[in-house]
Amino acid sequence: MKAAPGTDWRPVPAPAIVRRHDPVRDADLLILPERVVVLTGRAETVLALCDGTRSVRGIVDELAERFPGAPVATDVPPFLERLRTEGWLR
Amino acid sequence: MTPADPTPPTAPSSAPARPWALLAELTHACPLHCGYCSNPLELTRRSRELTGEQWTDVMRQAGEFGVVHTHLSGGEPLLRRDLAEIVTAAEAAGIYTQLVTSGVGLDRDRLSTLAAAGLRSVQLSVQHADPRASDRIAGRRSFAEKERAAGLVRAAGLPLGLNVVLHRENLDAIDALIELGLTWGVDRIELANTQFYGWGLLNRAALLPTRDQLARARDAVERWRERLTPDGPDLVWVVPDYFDGVAKPCMGGWGAVSLTVTPDGTVLPCPAAASLPDLDPPNIRDHPLAWIWDHSEAFTRYRGTDWMADPCRTCSRRDEDFGGCRCQAYALTGDATRTDPACRLSPDHGLIRSLADDSTKGRGVIRRRVPVRGG
Repeated sequence: MKAAPGTDWRPVPAPAIVRRHDPVRDADLLILPERVVVLTGRAETVLALCDGTRSVRGIVDELAERFPGAPVATDVPPFLERLRTEGWLR
Repeated sequence: MTPADPTPPTAPSSAPARPWALLAELTHACPLHCGYCSNPLELTRRSRELTGEQWTDVMRQAGEFGVVHTHLSGGEPLLRRDLAEIVTAAEAAGIYTQLVTSGVGLDRDRLSTLAAAGLRSVQLSVQHADPRASDRIAGRRSFAEKERAAGLVRAAGLPLGLNVVLHRENLDAIDALIELGLTWGVDRIELANTQFYGWGLLNRAALLPTRDQLARARDAVERWRERLTPDGPDLVWVVPDYFDGVAKPCMGGWGAVSLTVTPDGTVLPCPAAASLPDLDPPNIRDHPLAWIWDHSEAFTRYRGTDWMADPCRTCSRRDEDFGGCRCQAYALTGDATRTDPACRLSPDHGLIRSLADDSTKGRGVIRRRVPVRGG
């Protein structure tokens, strides 16, 4: 099967971004110079793999192994692409 | 798996949702004397400022209470010699720090000390793309230092935002201002139409632009948005609420998302709220932050929608704009509980319209802040 476009980049959070857990709200956050983003669902699990060493394809494979039956191959690449468009991932 | 903007979660108890952000006004002292300054007319003298130790405790309390982000602002926060100490305290409390600065006084050593203390990003003001015009608006020679500061922040690898307060004297330079941001390599350009509070309200007649100026600037920003690539800087246009007929969702609601601590420790739901004469705001020297947020009269007074009168009370937009700005309602009508006159549904909207369309505006003289007294 041919790789979907854009699955060979290696996502890493933009330097401006801090990823942290918020113990007060028990929430996972992305903190940017001018805003705070609350991560919902499995977003934090996906972002934890965005360390600049794994390609999108690698991230998908790893998640597929961890969450058998979940639609990671269809959901994760567009999610990462969206975060790249926002400027939160590079 | 969608990231969402923070929304006030529905709390199981009656306690209000916790604040996300703190505006820390560390000092009112400032090397610049911009006519649009939103600091209050009565500036806090330096001897009345909170000490570094007190700010450290503010940061500790804020972090424990749920604040995750702070703007270190002023005046000019670099005038605080203990700024790095305050950054360290915020970082230790898990609070992301952004320095909001004129750039005056930011040298390489100062910046590296701040970065080592945990400073995360810098927002730099500029008054105009033309150095002489920028210096004129700022009331002192400062453009060259700003340019140098931008270079230092870039070299340090910190995120850099450019903030331009827009008014009659610089709206026609919008293209040049955006080009300046590109030249300086900034990540974000905030084009903020003047909000009329404090000195800005005093100088409103001289600052208000024409509708034509605004329309041209808005079009220019749209053209730039189409031209800039996704890797280019974010362009943020802060709307001119005097002209749009729509009230701004001020502060994301009263006592809903953020709080301000002023140089002398006064805690406010928004930086302009000191202008409300009967608010009697609490001070962090007297009360814990959690009590101030949850229970003080100043924070509960306009929280939610129960305080609203018509037309807000029954308006479908009341949970989106929160009735607009209380301080603006007070400034223009003398009654902070009225609908923000910026809203076209407000019975007082005529006040805003006549100001926005006044053909004599632009003739006023800018009255400038005098230096804050040391004693």
